[in-house]
Amino acid sequence: MNNFSVELNNVTKFFGRLLVFKNINYSFTSGKVYGITGRNGSGKSTVSRIICGISSASKGKIIYSHNGTEVPREAVYSHVGFVAPYLVLYGEFTALENLSYFAEIRGTEFDEERAKFWLNEFELYKRRNDLLKGFSSGMQQRMKFIFALIHNPDFFILDEPTSNLDVAGKNKVYEIIEKTAREKLIIVASNEESDLELCSEFLNVEEFKAVR
Amino acid sequence: MKSVGVFKKDWASELRTRYAINALAMFILVTISVILFSVGQETLSGELTGGLLWVVIFFSAMSGLSRGFVSEEERGTTLTLHLIAKPSTIFTGKFLFNLLLVFIMNIVIFFLFLAFFDSFVIENGLIITLAFLFGNIGIAVSSTIIAAIISKANTKGTLYPVLSFPILLPLILILIELTNFAIVGTTLDEAFVDIAILIIYDIIMITASYMLFDFIWND
Repeated sequence: MNNFSVELNNVTKFFGRLLVFKNINYSFTSGKVYGITGRNGSGKSTVSRIICGISSASKGKIIYSHNGTEVPREAVYSHVGFVAPYLVLYGEFTALENLSYFAEIRGTEFDEERAKFWLNEFELYKRRNDLLKGFSSGMQQRMKFIFALIHNPDFFILDEPTSNLDVAGKNKVYEIIEKTAREKLIIVASNEESDLELCSEFLNVEEFKAVR
Repeated sequence: MKSVGVFKKDWASELRTRYAINALAMFILVTISVILFSVGQETLSGELTGGLLWVVIFFSAMSGLSRGFVSEEERGTTLTLHLIAKPSTIFTGKFLFNLLLVFIMNIVIFFLFLAFFDSFVIENGLIITLAFLFGNIGIAVSSTIIAAIISKANTKGTLYPVLSFPILLPLILILIELTNFAIVGTTLDEAFVDIAILIIYDIIMITASYMLFDFIWND
């Protein structure tokens, strides 16, 4: 089993002079599903972006560890699978082209069979050669899951993972989370009760809010 | 090789969307037409056409070379790039894309000048080749890093030429000088200092850009 952990040490975030959260100390480890909770605007997405290395914390440190070896922040991208409503894939490319370019930029061989498998799992196989700009918002959300899964990452950050998805799409996501959680680290940031049902531990961002 | 992936993705995207190519083509056509109409029957000196050549190149670069980062920011795909590659990979890919655009753009402008301006006659082909080679690298790297800086700003269109002017001015001045040398037929030995400055400019800009880009890319 790949053991991946993320440790937040006194992580604080300001936007200008606005304090979003202060001194978050928390550890995430493989084999569990964690929930990040909090009201709208509490900083769930911000902490998610900081954890996956695409935003910086104003203060504090994040330590990533893969099988006991520290992973530098600039290399975290190769370990993470990220899904969020604000993630945008390339509309001018087809589903398969998107996945092919991502593989090439990641420096990995494009596994077309694996791509077709996930496209089939998310019921997008028939649309594999269609431009993404013609996809509905639900289909684009499904594509984001394929984008997150295709390189077999060690941990997942799912920010509002079921937004725009229909019942079948939601069930597919829950099924994948349940299967993957046995050996990977999964962090779900959401307000949807059904999204959080699979989580065993919770980080409530609102507990780390303080008036400056 | 990863950065070649970024370059291939950008090039394929450009061929489908024509964000930069259309802007560059229209700008080149309009600018050269305006110069031709305003000059009329007057005969321009070789030195003056050399200067005009780089003025057209500078403003053409301003109209199209910011697209690499700006289009990613406008479409919201910057986050996607963050998730698939290191900052240096992204920068190299974008730089290669801009380098190809600059070469295409400058070759087109150069041949249009040769076709439309009788006084634009190159006596020393080696000097103009070296000036184009190292000048294009300088323009591409400078415009790439400036595009990265301005891509997150609200007033991208205004900020790009404003920021580019002081950075590209020394480069353009040397290139005008070298073009004049090529027109009057100066020997390579006499142009050596200017070519050396051009190469040093490129080295400084490439080094500074790679050092700076991590800070620009990671907010």
